[in-house]
Amino acid sequence: MTDKLTFDDFRARIGDVPTREYWRSLDELSRSEAFDEVLANEFPQQALPLQRGVDRRDFMKLMSASMALAGLAACNRPEQKIVPYVRQPENLVPGKPMYFATAMTLGGVATGVLAESHLGRPTKIEGNPDHPSSLGASDAFMQASILGLYDPDRAQVVYQLGEIRTWSEFVAALVPITNAAKTNGHGLRLLTQTITSPSLGAQIQQVLAMYPGMQWHQWEPVSRDNVREGLRMAFGAYVNAVYHFDKANVVVALDADFTSDGPGHLRYARDFASRRKVRRGTTSMNRLYSIDCGLNSTAAVADHRWAVKPSEVETWARALLAGGSGVGNANIAAIARDLQKNRGAAIVIAGEGQPPVVHALAMAINQQLGNVGSTVTITDPLEVQPVNELESLRQLVTDMNSGAVQALVMLGGNPVYDAPADFNFAEALKKVPFRAHLSHYYDETSMLSQWHIPETHYLETWGDARGHDGTVSIQQPLIAPLYNGRAACEVIGALLGGMDASPYDVVRSYWFSKGGNEQTWRQSLNDGVIANSALPPRGGAASANIPPPAARKEGNYELHIVPDPNIYDGRFANNGWLQELPKPQSKLCWENFAIVSPSTAKAIGFAEGERAALNNELATRRVKISYRGRDVVLPLWIVPGHPSGVVTVTLGYGRKNGGRIASPPDGSPIGADIYPMRFSDALGGGAGATIALTDEGAYMVACTQEHQSLNFSDTGGDREIIKRQTFGEAEKHEEEETNHQSMYPPFAYPLHAWAMVIDPSVCTGCNGCVVACQAENNIAIVGKKEVHRQREMHWLRIDRYFRGEPENPEIYHQPVPCMQCENAPCEPVCPVEATSHSGEGLNDMTYNRCVGTRYCSNNCPYKVRRFNFFHYSDYDTAAYKPMRNPDVTVRTRGVMEKCTYCVQRINEAKIDAERRGGDQRVRDGEVVTACQQACPTDAIVFGDMNDPKSRVAQLKKEPSNYGLLAELNTRPRTTYLAVVRNPNPEIRG
Amino acid sequence: MAEKEITPVHEVRPTTQELRIPARFIPSPTVEPGHTFASVTDHISSIVLRKKMPPSWWLLLGVGMLGMGLLSVAIVAIVGVGVGLWGINHPVGWGFDIVNFVWWIGIGHAGTLISAILLLLRQEWRTSINRFAEAMTLFAVAAAGLYPALHTGRPWYDYWLFPYPNTMVLWPQFRSPLMWDVFAVSTYATVSLLFWFVGLIPDLATLRDRASGRVARTIYGALALGWRGSAKHWYRYETAYLLLAGLSTPLVLSVHTIVSFDFAVSQIPGWHATFFPPYFVAGAVYAGFAMVLTLAIPARKIFKLEDFITMRHLENMGKVMLATGMIVFYSYVIEAFFAFYSGNTFERFMWTNRAFGPYKHMYVALLICNGLAPQLVWFKRIRTSPLGLFITAMFVNVGMWLERFVIIPTSLSRDFLPSSWGMYHGSIWDWAMYLGSMGLFLFLLALFIRFLPMISIFEMRTMLPGAEPHAEEEH
Repeated sequence: MTDKLTFDDFRARIGDVPTREYWRSLDELSRSEAFDEVLANEFPQQALPLQRGVDRRDFMKLMSASMALAGLAACNRPEQKIVPYVRQPENLVPGKPMYFATAMTLGGVATGVLAESHLGRPTKIEGNPDHPSSLGASDAFMQASILGLYDPDRAQVVYQLGEIRTWSEFVAALVPITNAAKTNGHGLRLLTQTITSPSLGAQIQQVLAMYPGMQWHQWEPVSRDNVREGLRMAFGAYVNAVYHFDKANVVVALDADFTSDGPGHLRYARDFASRRKVRRGTTSMNRLYSIDCGLNSTAAVADHRWAVKPSEVETWARALLAGGSGVGNANIAAIARDLQKNRGAAIVIAGEGQPPVVHALAMAINQQLGNVGSTVTITDPLEVQPVNELESLRQLVTDMNSGAVQALVMLGGNPVYDAPADFNFAEALKKVPFRAHLSHYYDETSMLSQWHIPETHYLETWGDARGHDGTVSIQQPLIAPLYNGRAACEVIGALLGGMDASPYDVVRSYWFSKGGNEQTWRQSLNDGVIANSALPPRGGAASANIPPPAARKEGNYELHIVPDPNIYDGRFANNGWLQELPKPQSKLCWENFAIVSPSTAKAIGFAEGERAALNNELATRRVKISYRGRDVVLPLWIVPGHPSGVVTVTLGYGRKNGGRIASPPDGSPIGADIYPMRFSDALGGGAGATIALTDEGAYMVACTQEHQSLNFSDTGGDREIIKRQTFGEAEKHEEEETNHQSMYPPFAYPLHAWAMVIDPSVCTGCNGCVVACQAENNIAIVGKKEVHRQREMHWLRIDRYFRGEPENPEIYHQPVPCMQCENAPCEPVCPVEATSHSGEGLNDMTYNRCVGTRYCSNNCPYKVRRFNFFHYSDYDTAAYKPMRNPDVTVRTRGVMEKCTYCVQRINEAKIDAERRGGDQRVRDGEVVTACQQACPTDAIVFGDMNDPKSRVAQLKKEPSNYGLLAELNTRPRTTYLAVVRNPNPEIRG
Repeated sequence: MAEKEITPVHEVRPTTQELRIPARFIPSPTVEPGHTFASVTDHISSIVLRKKMPPSWWLLLGVGMLGMGLLSVAIVAIVGVGVGLWGINHPVGWGFDIVNFVWWIGIGHAGTLISAILLLLRQEWRTSINRFAEAMTLFAVAAAGLYPALHTGRPWYDYWLFPYPNTMVLWPQFRSPLMWDVFAVSTYATVSLLFWFVGLIPDLATLRDRASGRVARTIYGALALGWRGSAKHWYRYETAYLLLAGLSTPLVLSVHTIVSFDFAVSQIPGWHATFFPPYFVAGAVYAGFAMVLTLAIPARKIFKLEDFITMRHLENMGKVMLATGMIVFYSYVIEAFFAFYSGNTFERFMWTNRAFGPYKHMYVALLICNGLAPQLVWFKRIRTSPLGLFITAMFVNVGMWLERFVIIPTSLSRDFLPSSWGMYHGSIWDWAMYLGSMGLFLFLLALFIRFLPMISIFEMRTMLPGAEPHAEEEH
C-alpha cells in the first residue's frame, strides 16, 4: 500500500504537469498506484477499464479525443508567466486581442515589437512605441515575420542524416564531443550569426571557459564589418555610432540608405522625417544630399541626388573632408559650405556597403564639423563580441580545411549558401566529422550537416537583444513552439551539459543576476525594454588620419551586390508576402534582376526600340553577367536614376532548399543565386563585370508598375497627380473650390467622418505599410504568374513616379489606399449594392453580396479595387488558419475587395467608446490604421474629419492639401499634401 | 425548277414601263417574276419538310456543334475555375466578355429593326428577310446573354441582379447601368421571341398541314396553337403582330442606348461621353445589317432563294449599312474632336492613346473596317454584287468587334493614374468563349433553317401580284 494521496496533493500533481502534455500526464498518473487507488475509491466504475487495460472501443475514444485536443496544443500560451502590454484584462476575453511586447532581431540587432494575440494566437506585429529603435514603427520584415512563424515549411523535427531523431538523441550525441573537448576544446567550434543578446553571450562565454581552446566564429552574409572596421579606423576600437537625425539640419548620405537599412533605421526615418514636415508656419526644413549607387528609399526623398559608381563614393567623401576645395566639382564645394553653415547640426553617414575607409572619412567629417557628441553619439559596441566576421569565417574555413575542426555547431545562418564564393565553405564543411545546424528551415547547410535541429521563431521563445542604441529588450514568446523548435540557448545549454536549459530560466536568471528582481522583470516585459539599458556615450574623437586612397580598379561594368530589399540575404526567401512585395524603387517582385540605367541598357543593346519590340511592358530580355570567371543569367531591368556603368544585383535568390516558395518543388528556381559571384575580397562586388544580352526572347516579369513617369509627353499633359513645392517658396494657395454638382443628395455624417491625409514628402516607399495592410487584412498572395498578369491583391500600393531626365530624375512615392470618395464612382454602378456608403463616409464592401461584375473597379479612377480572379486565399493549409486576423473576412474567388480604412479597428474603437459612455465619440488617435501604425516616417495620418481638433482635420486645412483627381468631383476622403523639397539654391539642376 | 416555266399570272411593273423610266432606276423586284402562291409555299416549306439538306448545311451544323463543344468546355472551366482564366486584370476588368456581349447585342438589332420599324413604315421588301433576321436577333441575344451571365466572378449568384422578394430584404441597385441592362436585355429577348413566334404561327400551321410524319405533325400542330386561317384568326393575328411591332420599335433604340449607358455613365475617359446612345444604336443597326448580309448571301445561294431574297433586298440592306456606317464614322470624328475641344488632359490622352498607343493597330484596323470599307457600297457594282456586299459585310463585322475592343479594354488600360496602367490581351479562354458563342449561334441557325421556314411563307404570298385584292379587276 502506497501513501495515501489527498485531493490537494493530487491537484498539485496535476498542476505540475505542463498543460500541453495533458494526455501524456494522464497516462503517467494512471500508472501510479496511488492514482489508481484514489480513482478506484472515487470513481470505481471509471477506474475499472483502466485497470483492465484499454479495449478497442476505449482506445478509439481516447484516440479521437487526443486527435481533437491535439489541435489545441498549438494554441497554448507559453508555460511561463508573460506579461501583456497596454491592457491586462482579468481574463482572456474572446474577441479582444491582447498585445505583448517582444523583440525581433535582424543582423543580431533588436527592434521592439508589440505582437497582437487573439486567444493565444499571434496575428499581427506592430512596432513597440516604447522601444527607441521603433517608436511604434515597423518595417516589411517585421510585418512579414508573422507569416514566417506559421510557415508550414519551417523545420519541424530533429534530423540526423535525414532520419527523424529526438532532441535527447541529439543531446546524447553531443556527449562524446564535449567529453573530448573538456581537455582540449580546439576541435570544437561554434558558428553563430551576430549576437547582441547579453544572456546568450554570457552563456557562450561560459561554454568557451568550459572547453579550453574552443573557438567562437560569427558570420552574417550582410555583415556590418565595413561599419565596424570603419569606426575602428576612426576611433581606434570597435564602437557603435548612434545618429540623431532630429537634430540635423543637413544630412549627407554616402550611399547610405539609413531610412530602411541597418540598426535603428525606423527610428532614423522617424527622426529624419520629423524635420521634413512642412506645415503652415514651419520655418525650417532639413536638407538631404544623397550620393548613392542606385535608387534607394533614402535617395528617393533627397533634395539633391547624384548617382555614382560604388567605387566613386570614396572620392566624394575625400573631397567633402577637404571642404570641397581643390575638386573640380562645384556641387561638392556647395555641400561642404552647407555643412559648414550647420556645424554641430549636420550628419554625414556612410552606407553599410561602402568600404571601411568611407566610414572613417564620414566620421572624420563629422568630427571636423563638431557633430560627434551632438548629432552623432559614440557608444560601446552592441555586439557581445565584435569581430571582423569575414576574418572570423575565414579562420574557421582555414581550420576546417586543415582538419583542425572536429565538431562544428552552427546556430542559425546558412553558410553553405551564403559564405563568400572563394571560401568553398561546403567543401570545407564536409571535412568536419561532426556537424550540427540549428535553423528555421531544413536548408542548404542543414543538408550538409549530420544533425539538424529546428529553430524556434522569435515569437516562440525567450531571449534578449540590444537595439541600435544598446537598449535591451526581453524577447517574450507569444505562443508555445508550433513545431519542435529549440532556441540557440538550448543548444548552448546542451553543450554546457544540462539536458534542458529552459530559455526562460536562462534569460531570467541572467537578468536577475544583473540586479533585476521580480518587479523590474515584470516591468521590462511589460514595456518591452529594460529601463536605462541604452549604452552610455563613450568619449573619443574620430581620427582624421585616413589611409591614402587605394588604386581604383577600372574595367567594364561595375558589379554592385546588395542585399535584397524584400528577402534580405535569403533568409526571407520562403516568405510569400515579402516575395510578392513590389521592391521599393523598381516595383519588381518574385525574383532578382540586373538593374541598370537607361544609358547602360542602350550600351548593351537594349534600347527603347528593342524594348518596344517585345511588345509587352512586363517583358524584358535576360542578360549574362560574367564576373571573375563566374556567370549568372538574370533578367535585365532599367531603372531611371541608376548610375551608368553599374549593374546592381541583389542577394538571396536562387535558393536550392529553402521551402516551397523559395525553391519550388517543380525545380523552377526563383531568381538566380548571386553568392557564387561574391568573393571575400569584394563582398559588394567590383569592377570588371561584363554583361551581354542572351539570345533568348522575351522574358516575362512580375512588375506592378512600369514605365510610368510624370513626364508630360508620356501621359498627355500634367495630370497633377503629385503636386510639388519648394520649401520657402510662396505657398500657392489655390482655392480650387470645385463647382461640380452631384445628381444625388449629399450624405450626412452626423458622428464621425473618417479621413486620411498622406504626406508623400516623407514617403520613402519602404513598403512597411503595404505588408502591414496585408497582415491586418488577410490579403492573399497570387504568385509570380498572376502578378505578371497584373492581378496582385495589395489593397495599398505605393505609386512611384519619375520626373525629368531618365539618367537623374526626381522620384516621388505616393501611397494609394482607397480614397473613400464621398461621391464614390464605385457605389452607384454596383448592380447588387455590394459596395455602399456608410454613415461615416466609408465605401463599405459587402463581400458576401458581391457577384463580381468588376464594374466598380472599372469605374474607380484610382484603380484601388482588387478582384479575386481565382480562389487566391489559401483555405486549405492548416498552418495559416490561426495566423489570420479573425476580425477580417477571408475572401473567396469572384469577389471584389479593397481598402476599408481598417474598418475592424474603427469598430473596435467605437465599441470601446460606447462602453466608455459620455458622448460616445471616438477620440483622435484611438483609431490607427495598420498602414499608419507601421509608417516609420509618420506620413499617414488618419482620423475623424468632424473633430476640428483632430490631426487629420488640421492637416486638411493645410494649403498644400489636395485631393487626387479632385476635378472628377469624387470628393476623396484620402487627400495628399504637396511634396516639399528643400534644394540648395547654390546647386542647380 | 419546274415552277419557273409557269406563265406569270400578272406582270409586275406595267406602269413603270409605260413611263419609260430608264431601267437602272427601276428597283429590282422583291419577288422574282413567275411565282404563284403554291410555288412560294412549296419552295419554302420544302426546305423544311422534304429536301435532303445540302452538304453545306451539314457543314454549318458541324461547325456549330464543334463550337458548342468548345463553348461547353469554356463554360465549365470559367465557372469551375474562375474568370481569371480570361485575360482580364487590374485595371482592365472587362475584356472579351463585354466586348462580345455588346457585339452580339448589336448584331441582334437588325432583326428588330427589319421586323418592327420597317413593318410600321410599310417597307414591304422587308418581308422576305424579316423571319431570318428575327431568328438571327434571337440567336444573337442568346449568344450575348451568355456573357453578362458568365462574366461575373460568382455566376451562381447572378439572380441577385433581378428584383425579387428575398430574405435579405435587398433590392438591386437601381442606379446601376448593369441593372438597367438586365431589364433592357431581358425585355428585348422576351419581346423578340414573342414577335418571332407570333409571326411564325400561320407558317407553323402550313407546316402542320404539309408535314407527312406523325411526330412532325404533332409538334408543328402544337406550336401552331390551333391556327385554322379563319378571318377571325387573321384579324387577331394582324392586330397582335402590329401591337408587338409597336412594342419592339422603342426597343431598337432603348436596348443599345442602355448598353451604351454601361459606358457613358462611367467616369473613364473614352467611356464618359454623351453621344454614346445614338452612336451605339447606329453602330448596332450597322452591325446587324452587316450580319444579315453575311448570313443571307450564302443562304440564298445554298437554298436557291434568289427569287425571294433578290438583289433589291441586298441592295437596300447595303444602303442601310452605308447610312448607319456613316453615322458611326461620324461618331469617331466627333469623339476625336471633343477630345481636343474639351481641353481635358485625360480626354485628349484617351484619343492619342487610341490612335498612337499600344493598341494603335486595333484603331487603324477599325478605321479601315468601319471607315473605309463601307464606302465601297457607294458603287452600284459593289452594291449589286453579292460577293462585293459579302466582303464589305465581313469587314463591318470585324470592324464592329474592333470598335468595342477599342472602347472597352483600350480605355480601361490607360485611364487616370499612370501608375495603374496595364495591358490587356485576350487569353486562350477568351477566344474559346468567343468562338464557342459563334458556334452556339451557328448551331441555332442550322436548327432554325432545318426546322422552321426561314422565309415567311404567308407574307411572301402577300407579296405576289395575285394577292392584290383588285388585281384581276384591272385587267
